[in-house]
Amino acid sequence: MTTTSHPISLDTPSYLQTGASGLRSWVTSTDHKRIGILYLATMVTFFLVAAVFGVLMRIEQLTMGPTIMTAQSYNVLFTVHGVIMIFLFVVPGLPAVFGNFFLPILIGARDVAFPRLNLASWYFFLAGALLAVLSLFTGHGAPDTGWTFYAPYSLRTGTNVTLAVFAAFVLGFSSILTGINFITTVHRLRAPGMTWFRMPLFCWSVYATAWVQLLATPIVGITLLLVIFERLFGIGIFDPAKGGDPLLYQHLFWIYSHPAVYIMILPAMGAISEIIPTFAHKSIFGYKAIAFSSMSIAGIGSLVWAHHMFTSGMSEFGNMVFSLLTMVVAVPSAIKVFNWTASLYKGSIDFRPPLLFALTFIFLFCIGGLTGVMQGALAINQHVHDTYFIVGHFHYVMFGGTVMAFFAALLYWFPKMFGRMCSARLVYLSWFPMFIGFNMLYFGMLVLGYQGMPRRYYDHLPQYHAGHVHATIGSWLLAAGVVIFFVALVAALLRGRKAETNPWGGVTLEWKVSSPPPVENFLEIPTVTGPPYDFKAEETA
Amino acid sequence: MSSGHGSDAVAHRDYLGAKIGMWLFLVTEIILFGGLFIGYSYMRARYPLEFHSASHELSVLIGVLNTVVLLTSSLTMALSITAVQKGDSRKTRLFLVATVLLGVLFLVNKSIEWGAKFHHGLYPNSALMGTKPPGEQVFFGLYFSMTGLHGLHVLVGVVLLGVMLILIMRERIHQHDFVKLENAGLYWHLVDVIWIFLLPLFYLAA
Repeated sequence: MTTTSHPISLDTPSYLQTGASGLRSWVTSTDHKRIGILYLATMVTFFLVAAVFGVLMRIEQLTMGPTIMTAQSYNVLFTVHGVIMIFLFVVPGLPAVFGNFFLPILIGARDVAFPRLNLASWYFFLAGALLAVLSLFTGHGAPDTGWTFYAPYSLRTGTNVTLAVFAAFVLGFSSILTGINFITTVHRLRAPGMTWFRMPLFCWSVYATAWVQLLATPIVGITLLLVIFERLFGIGIFDPAKGGDPLLYQHLFWIYSHPAVYIMILPAMGAISEIIPTFAHKSIFGYKAIAFSSMSIAGIGSLVWAHHMFTSGMSEFGNMVFSLLTMVVAVPSAIKVFNWTASLYKGSIDFRPPLLFALTFIFLFCIGGLTGVMQGALAINQHVHDTYFIVGHFHYVMFGGTVMAFFAALLYWFPKMFGRMCSARLVYLSWFPMFIGFNMLYFGMLVLGYQGMPRRYYDHLPQYHAGHVHATIGSWLLAAGVVIFFVALVAALLRGRKAETNPWGGVTLEWKVSSPPPVENFLEIPTVTGPPYDFKAEETA
Repeated sequence: MSSGHGSDAVAHRDYLGAKIGMWLFLVTEIILFGGLFIGYSYMRARYPLEFHSASHELSVLIGVLNTVVLLTSSLTMALSITAVQKGDSRKTRLFLVATVLLGVLFLVNKSIEWGAKFHHGLYPNSALMGTKPPGEQVFFGLYFSMTGLHGLHVLVGVVLLGVMLILIMRERIHQHDFVKLENAGLYWHLVDVIWIFLLPLFYLAA
């Protein structure tokens, strides 16, 4: 980023040092950076808990018949694993953590447009999280519907669905408020000279995400409210016995929950678009194509929801329309992948841990995306619907895509956020088991699903046994990799080498403020005079 | 906030930003109700006759009366904002109190109406409801959900306007900084607009 002034602020105290340091000063802070860290701490906690649930499910599938739990516990585990991972980690993950921390810095602002609303969003998030946890231990048993809460089972089950659904509603509220905040921030608080096409691509993707959060979340909000009304008062809208229609529930649910997939992946793509140019020391290839593909993913992605329902009994014509649109949404995603690889071409590549995870993202996301296109075809969909193929596919996209990008972004921005460098050796050490275990587990699931193993089954037939053992061993390797990864981060936090202002040689604005940044980021708001990834101008400057 | 940490030190007044934020929020409200309107259209297309006959059970008089009440309250809301822009604090408060009272009147009417329905045994899961054809059950399910959620919004609006009244008394809202009142007014108008759609869909469907 070319700027007229270089607002380097080495002598000013960082946001970590300024003000009181007790817990109270954190939970009452309206500083976007501290709020980002609050989200990070909350989310990583929930991620690790839900990951343990995932490993427990895999252990259950290690042998045929009961292994370590009852069938009902298994139902609860896949429900809670999904609810936590989706609503508490993957959906809010990148925007709430890195969007909060870096969006204002990247556009040259001192904070988001509504700092107090921002803190309120975190409290809504925390409240939703606590309600979700509460739903496990109160009422008549933890929810067992799967994270999709499909009617009519979600209306009939005696388990504590009402509270879990209300938790998701509150989390949605948090997501909407964050979206409103980011859109207003991008419109109102860009620094002088920071035109739309000088914004770093992460800002574009967070902006596109914020629109999806805003436009899609209210639909799931009302749907979940209706489920609560059904359970409390028996209004009958989704209940076939009273003239209602469960298919209406599925439509309303996926009108939100498919766009939510793009809420999960768009900011991840944005982070990758920041990391690639920095480590290739070269401007991103096709800046505008990437920016517009973010917006078109947000647009087209809102029109494909019914591809989750090809076997639910929709009309033939409806199926064909949604199948076509599903194929179309792959185009902007592919544009991004080609642009990233083209950006690396003839770059002077500096191979560091964040780049390794960014490349891992591209590789795994491609498998996830291509299996997605497969399922978009109606004939294949009939065969693989509700099998492990689906589970494998969305873990490639969500875990291989979003979570790997989350890890990449965490490694990339860790020095800036905490002022410490992370040991590259430990991170590389974590990568090998993670990558091998990941593919053993989820590619194993793709194969199992293609062979016909249905998802959400407590037990399996002998012909799937070898595949299940293979996948379970993969899950152990994957878990070991994740543990080493977080050990590396905690070790860096405690006694990592001090980070310089610009450890990776990046040129966007966050690398011009000290590590960690001071309160309010800039002593003087910078004036931007050039495009975002202008490495040549930076060298001559 | 403790020790002035964060942005409080640079708390700036961004009039346009505050308006953008409010409009975005209103968009989410419209979509929230939009989900219900989608459900309504689908169910009405499926059960046209049942919707027609069930609608006879609703009192057009109370429905229209409440429409007049809400429309008038939107007028007094607008007058209150005009008054604050002109710096007339007395009229601002007067019209705002009128708006709040009209909002309360709407809720009183609504509760009388709902009370009568309950008295006749017309509520979800009631014995009488169980004997009705499925389409009529869905009609009442939607009626209670949509007017109920709308009533909740009126209640929130009344509380919000009450808070605005306090802010005006404490001179936190005045001629040179009235965006909060304007935004509260926008919310109030939205609640009004949604009612204007509910009236024909339920009361005039017969």
